[in-house]
Amino acid sequence: MAQPSRRQFFKLMGATGAALLAGRGMARASENHEVNNDTVGMLYDATKCVGCKSCMSACKRVNSDYGSLAYERAAFDTDGLWDAPSDLSGSTRTLIKLFKESPKKWSYVKYSCMHCQKPSCVSVCPVSAMTRDALTGIVDYNKNACIGCRYCQIACAFNIPKFQWDKALPQIVKCDMCKNTNMVNKGITACAESCPVGAITFGKRKDLLSEATKRLKENPGLYQDKIYGEHEVGGTNHLYLSAMKFNDLGLPILKNEAPAEFSEKIQHTIYKGFIAPVALYGTLCFIAIKNMKGQQEVNNRTDADAAGKGESHHEP
Amino acid sequence: MSHDDYQRHDAKIITPSFLVLLTLTLIGFALIAVRFIKGIGAVSNMSDGYPWGIWITYDVATGTAIACGGYAMAILIYIRNRMHYHPMIRSAVLTSMFGYGLAGFSVMVDVGRPWNAYNFFIPSKWQANSAMFEVALCVMAYTTVLLLEFLPAVLTTLEKTEWHTLQLFMDRLHHYTGIKRPERMDERLDAVKDLGAWLKPRLDKVLIFVIVLGITLPTMHQSSLGSLLLIASTKLHPLWHTGFLPLLFLINCMFIGYSIAILESVISCYAFKRPFETKELSGMARIIPWLTAIWLTVVIGDLLWRGQLATALSLDFYSCFFLLEFCLVAGGSLLMFSGKKRESIRWLFVSAALIVLGGALYRFNVYLIGFNPGKGWHYFPALAELLITVGIVAFEILGYQVLVKILPVLPKLHARKQQDGAGRVVHQQ
Repeated sequence: MAQPSRRQFFKLMGATGAALLAGRGMARASENHEVNNDTVGMLYDATKCVGCKSCMSACKRVNSDYGSLAYERAAFDTDGLWDAPSDLSGSTRTLIKLFKESPKKWSYVKYSCMHCQKPSCVSVCPVSAMTRDALTGIVDYNKNACIGCRYCQIACAFNIPKFQWDKALPQIVKCDMCKNTNMVNKGITACAESCPVGAITFGKRKDLLSEATKRLKENPGLYQDKIYGEHEVGGTNHLYLSAMKFNDLGLPILKNEAPAEFSEKIQHTIYKGFIAPVALYGTLCFIAIKNMKGQQEVNNRTDADAAGKGESHHEP
Repeated sequence: MSHDDYQRHDAKIITPSFLVLLTLTLIGFALIAVRFIKGIGAVSNMSDGYPWGIWITYDVATGTAIACGGYAMAILIYIRNRMHYHPMIRSAVLTSMFGYGLAGFSVMVDVGRPWNAYNFFIPSKWQANSAMFEVALCVMAYTTVLLLEFLPAVLTTLEKTEWHTLQLFMDRLHHYTGIKRPERMDERLDAVKDLGAWLKPRLDKVLIFVIVLGITLPTMHQSSLGSLLLIASTKLHPLWHTGFLPLLFLINCMFIGYSIAILESVISCYAFKRPFETKELSGMARIIPWLTAIWLTVVIGDLLWRGQLATALSLDFYSCFFLLEFCLVAGGSLLMFSGKKRESIRWLFVSAALIVLGGALYRFNVYLIGFNPGKGWHYFPALAELLITVGIVAFEILGYQVLVKILPVLPKLHARKQQDGAGRVVHQQ
């Protein structure tokens, strides 16, 4: 009596496997998502940056209340005169770093949210605390929705979202292009506004791309022949030009496919819009009830026999 | 299914092991208090590079797999129609209930803004693309299902109870403090009893639908626990990052589930001096090697397909952990393939332990060991962080120990087996 159910069980296992296989196939075959070049972003030109860090100080001045930022003291600075963050953190959204290969070869680099076209953090956030504005392309964080699970940190290929580890009421900290602060008042990000040498350009992605292409063309040999962020993880709205290799500046080498596309395809294939779990539940109910009825009949028969004490069902 | 399959284990509740576990639990909970006052950084070594530490890796990702005994037993009994295992399911459900309940509790300790968790119930905040969303809802639902599955044990006890402990307590209270027992206490207690008696047959009727839900939900969220790491394509080592993560996690939780059911039975029979359930266990052990064989085949086939087999054999840090995990699972399964070894409690215990260790190491590999966020990040759990996990596990074992002594959970011993190890007659309920 166990045979049909065992067959069904293996059928089920097979079906799960097949669904997964199909998922993999689909993920490979899928076309790229739509890149919206009318969204806004920033172009950072590392060859122009002089490392004055006015972008960092402007960011903190403008966003410290809204974004829960704070000044970070260096170990030597007992009086607390300077803001000296050593990395992006729960107090710092944007950061300038110096990379020195040799006394003659060095470059500054700016770290902040890349505002991806297909952001992993938005894809993984279970409560929609991370969102991407369809019109502006700004990837924003809503602390009133966030549960603090830190899945966005796991997901982000650039390690951008930061968590406030030392606070009893922590939140995630990341750049939101001054969406609720400087952007409202002046229509530009604080860092781009404050840059004295024009190393940070704010504008629509299409304009930034054509500006970057122009600079590449006009200055042969100056730059690496690539706009970082143009294609990485499906395209980012924060773009980079640099004379040094991007990876040397701490920007990871990434594929053009957005990781979120890969994971979402598999998840959607397994669930098929919640039809698959319902079908599974229905099938299992059918099998279980049939088995229960069979068992009751066996019980009734043994009860009727009354004498039949020996267990009739052993492993075959 | 009759409720006569089970019995209460008559023994003292306060034992030396009870006190040790209680101490560990209290230390753990004190540190949890520190975490809520001073922030997560005060008790843990987690960082922005390793935002998930031992709490998620062990308590949630591995703990729920270890708590899959109830899931695995339910498949065996209700879907594969092996009703003679039915007496074993209640203790499996109890451990699953603790495992899942405490995994949920650990999540609340781990997340930074738990007061916002109500957003999971607000449709406008739902985010169906997120594997985390799916895991969270399923785990909450499954914990509820487990509570319902366990409810008959409580109701059966309620039906027969004379409220001895409560009466005794009220008498003592009266004696020492002069507080009188409430006038209508007996009436109210009877009302509770009546409610239990009313509920039980009604619950019995729909229980099968709850049980099947208890099979569907783990199928969903155990695979999603694998899906969680799909997104980390740049951080998770290629030995483990594959589109098959959901399938591997699903099969993994099944063989861990059966193995842990064997371990639990052996350990509790040993600890409570009951006769070993060798026949049932060896029958169950027949299924495990088939599951592990499928799992190992998928692992190797996937590595071959992605061209990572050389990486797996390169004997570097990652490859060593991969090989260890692989050998533990394969070794345990080879032992279990032998019919003779399956008849021996000792070998059953050893092979099941190997498989649980290997299966758990797989989850550690995926969530922690194979996870590399980039240069400059390191993680090893802090002492306080470990003690919180230890406290939670201690609480789990403590709860199991206590509940089997006050509720009918363990399989009823047959008349011929009534003499237990100590030669004392075990009371039948």
